[in-house]
Amino acid sequence: MTAIIALSLLGILNLFLGFWLSRKTIQAATLLFLAGSMALTALDWNHELLWYGHMFHTTNTSISFSLIIQLAAFMVVSFSKGFGIDEEHTHPAEYYAILLFSVVGAILMVSFDHLIMFFVGLEILSVAMYVLTGSDKRNLRSNEAALKYFLMGSFATGILLFGITLVYGATRSFYLANIAVAIANTPPESTPVFLSIGVLLILVGFLFKISAAPFHFWTPDVYEGAPTIFTMFMSTVVKAASFAALYQLLSGPFGTMYGTWVYPIYYISMLTLLVGNITAVYQQSAKRMLAYSSISHAGYMLLTVSANQASTPSTILYYSLSYTLATIVAFGVVMLVAEYQTGRTEKPENFSSFEGLAKQNPGLAFCFTIALLSLAGIPLTAGFWGKFFVFSDIFNRHVYYPVILAIVMSAVGVYYYFKGIIAIYFKEGDIERIELPGLVKFAMWACTLGTLLLGVYPSIVKNLF
Amino acid sequence: MYLLFILLFPLLIGSALLIFKPKNAFAISLAASIIELAATAFVLKEASLNPVSFSAPWVAEAGLSFSLYVDGISGVLIGLCALLVPFIVATTANTDRANNAQFQGLMLAMQTALMGAFLAKDAFLFYFFFEASLLPIYFLAAIYGGENKNAITFKFFVYTLFGSLFFLIALVYVYLLTPGEFHSADIDVLYQTAKGLSADQQGYLFAAFFLAFAIKMPVFPFHTWQPDTYTVAPAQGTMLLSGIMLKMGTYGVIRLVLPMFPLGVATWGLTASILSVIGVIYGSIIAIQQKDAKRLLAYSSFAHVGLMSAGILSGSIEGIQGALYQMLSHGINIIGLFFVIEIIERRTKSREIAQLGGITQFSYPLTVTFVILSLGSVALPLTNGFVGEFLLLKSVFDQNLTLGIIAGITIILGAVYTLRLIQKSMFGNVSRITADFADLTFAEKAVLIPLSALVILGGIFPSTVLGFSEPAVQQLIQWFK
Repeated sequence: MTAIIALSLLGILNLFLGFWLSRKTIQAATLLFLAGSMALTALDWNHELLWYGHMFHTTNTSISFSLIIQLAAFMVVSFSKGFGIDEEHTHPAEYYAILLFSVVGAILMVSFDHLIMFFVGLEILSVAMYVLTGSDKRNLRSNEAALKYFLMGSFATGILLFGITLVYGATRSFYLANIAVAIANTPPESTPVFLSIGVLLILVGFLFKISAAPFHFWTPDVYEGAPTIFTMFMSTVVKAASFAALYQLLSGPFGTMYGTWVYPIYYISMLTLLVGNITAVYQQSAKRMLAYSSISHAGYMLLTVSANQASTPSTILYYSLSYTLATIVAFGVVMLVAEYQTGRTEKPENFSSFEGLAKQNPGLAFCFTIALLSLAGIPLTAGFWGKFFVFSDIFNRHVYYPVILAIVMSAVGVYYYFKGIIAIYFKEGDIERIELPGLVKFAMWACTLGTLLLGVYPSIVKNLF
Repeated sequence: MYLLFILLFPLLIGSALLIFKPKNAFAISLAASIIELAATAFVLKEASLNPVSFSAPWVAEAGLSFSLYVDGISGVLIGLCALLVPFIVATTANTDRANNAQFQGLMLAMQTALMGAFLAKDAFLFYFFFEASLLPIYFLAAIYGGENKNAITFKFFVYTLFGSLFFLIALVYVYLLTPGEFHSADIDVLYQTAKGLSADQQGYLFAAFFLAFAIKMPVFPFHTWQPDTYTVAPAQGTMLLSGIMLKMGTYGVIRLVLPMFPLGVATWGLTASILSVIGVIYGSIIAIQQKDAKRLLAYSSFAHVGLMSAGILSGSIEGIQGALYQMLSHGINIIGLFFVIEIIERRTKSREIAQLGGITQFSYPLTVTFVILSLGSVALPLTNGFVGEFLLLKSVFDQNLTLGIIAGITIILGAVYTLRLIQKSMFGNVSRITADFADLTFAEKAVLIPLSALVILGGIFPSTVLGFSEPAVQQLIQWFK
């Protein structure tokens, strides 16, 4: 809990640091701040506490998710080098500060006990993301992405808020515990219809945030238009926070209404898997492929949310972590290669600009390969166990068709992830050695080794609960 | 602990080779594989008295354990794997691959994956290695392969992965039915649990398991990846694929499918056997028409493995024993034969059967070893191939007479394509490209002569291996008799 206060203050401090210090120092300071707030978060471990008039609730689950979010932010900051914009137009302090604020929002989203708290968290995160998406302000596509994201995002937020209002109307409370009691105490025949509508509208708002089909249309454009470093942040932090919040809402207050929300989720997860995977196959741009891949991973995670088993929170946690580690490396390598290729090829993010990467950059190629294998769910990597836990959760519900579809789609996934591997290893190209700053190297290898470690010994995370 | 050593030692050396890229990779790799062979021999000696096992917690909250186990059945396969890898490493001698640390490292990593699949007692551990083995072989084939390698190796990867996903899902299904809060994937527990399922459920599960193994072996009609991949992969990759990796499929059927789904086998076993026998005949007929020697051997391997599959599915002790023996013999014969073709290709730059001829005039040792290995492959009495093939055919006969007779044709067809290959390449007139064929080098002899000796020894003393595996097979049979 102290972490969110610390991060908010440090974010403001960061803004002031921008007056005096160079980009490098601010980056180091931000990393230090994040490390500190992670330590503060971890201190609350095993202390279940309620804060702010019982609106904010720290549990071990929420702490684990907060740690993943901050870890993702830490890695993203390590990868950032002036956000790909030339020196004179960079305002590193602002961006690092906004990043820290958005982390605060994400932490609120995973530890709320009150719907307004949740909404505030979501808005802090979203508004920060709109700004960051448009941060490459002289780039037309970045502006387009930001506008698109903002318009669509506000619309979704509106729907979500409308849903919250209806739920409040039906249960007379914003507190999760009170809502649960109110729903449980109302006999099914006198439950107002607008309660179900409210729940479904909240769900729609979420589905937009996690980019599930058919609410995914913004994702590829926004992911592609935003500077890669923020795409990396968006696809990891926003996803992990939204899934944790979605699960907390559905399993907690709306747990007794399982029948209302589970079927929409089944169908939407199947649609998401189909749309995400099949469209990803046709992508020429690695960045766009990763955007569709993030849609398809939302499909897998939705499946596990719908299972609603005792093991589900740990599955979501594991999946978020494995997805985060792999996605950071994948986007990181795309960013490094695209930066190297800018000016040399017309479309620096296409698979064709990765050709021959392995020759001079074996380390980069190896990390990229492990990341893609993990996203594809091949054994030895964390992604495999993520899929395994998802399938095993959903099977416990005796639901088979979505799983069979998910399996077929995993095989399709292998197809497009391997496009990247084939390009870097087996195609001829003339990429010279790309010099990596120490921090980038550290972040890349830490994520890769983490992926491998979790792949061989998944108990480390699964044991937490 | 010995089991842990034989599992991880190749990977350790392999990754060291991949990371440090030493100059003398060949010597290190050969030494490592020989140490591995010695250690495995020691383990097998122990296992011939009592099964050896090792167990450590792995994913405790999911009930998965890191348990390894050597009995008569897995013993034969780890023996095969440990025996063949030194020969496969030795075939790289004096080529540009010999001191290619990456190539040698990938081969050793592959050995760990294969050993792991054969050693695993936890079904998920098996799956883990079963899939993990795809990575090193994919990179071996895709980096060092021949023409059109990207598309072909990629098809291989996706095809086999697709099949094993169904295996995974069926496995998860059974695993979730196991008793206990955390469930268990120990093979014995799975046997117990699967036994209680209805015939319908067992039928579906059988189909899902068999699909994965049928693709790996491969069984007709799931073989379309195989000839291309075998042809395009570097010789050593093909040896690993055909000599050891396809045995993961047959081993999986013996270890998991038969004892877990006896009712499923009763319902669908005959259909699967018929597909396997179709593969035997179809593979042999296509092999007869091949122009490329390596492709011919690929189809012959396809035919041989079909018979193994049919024998195993008969569920009789002869069938399983025969299949185990045949896995060993086929491994020895096929890597020998692929090496002979590799030697010819190195000297003549061609594998076209029609362009070869008269090699016997230049290299007598090559002809003799080639003939011995081929005779083993066509199952002549007193060669290793005879023992396995005889037992397999007997088991198919006992199960279904018509099927047995059809499968029996394989002996004739096998003789046709193998002898045609020998005749066209070794005898007849010297062709333009074989005109200055150099005799075998010491390194080449050092591979081919021991392999030929094993062909004959295997034919004369089959009881060493059959006696070793029999108690375990007897025990396994109890699960579905």
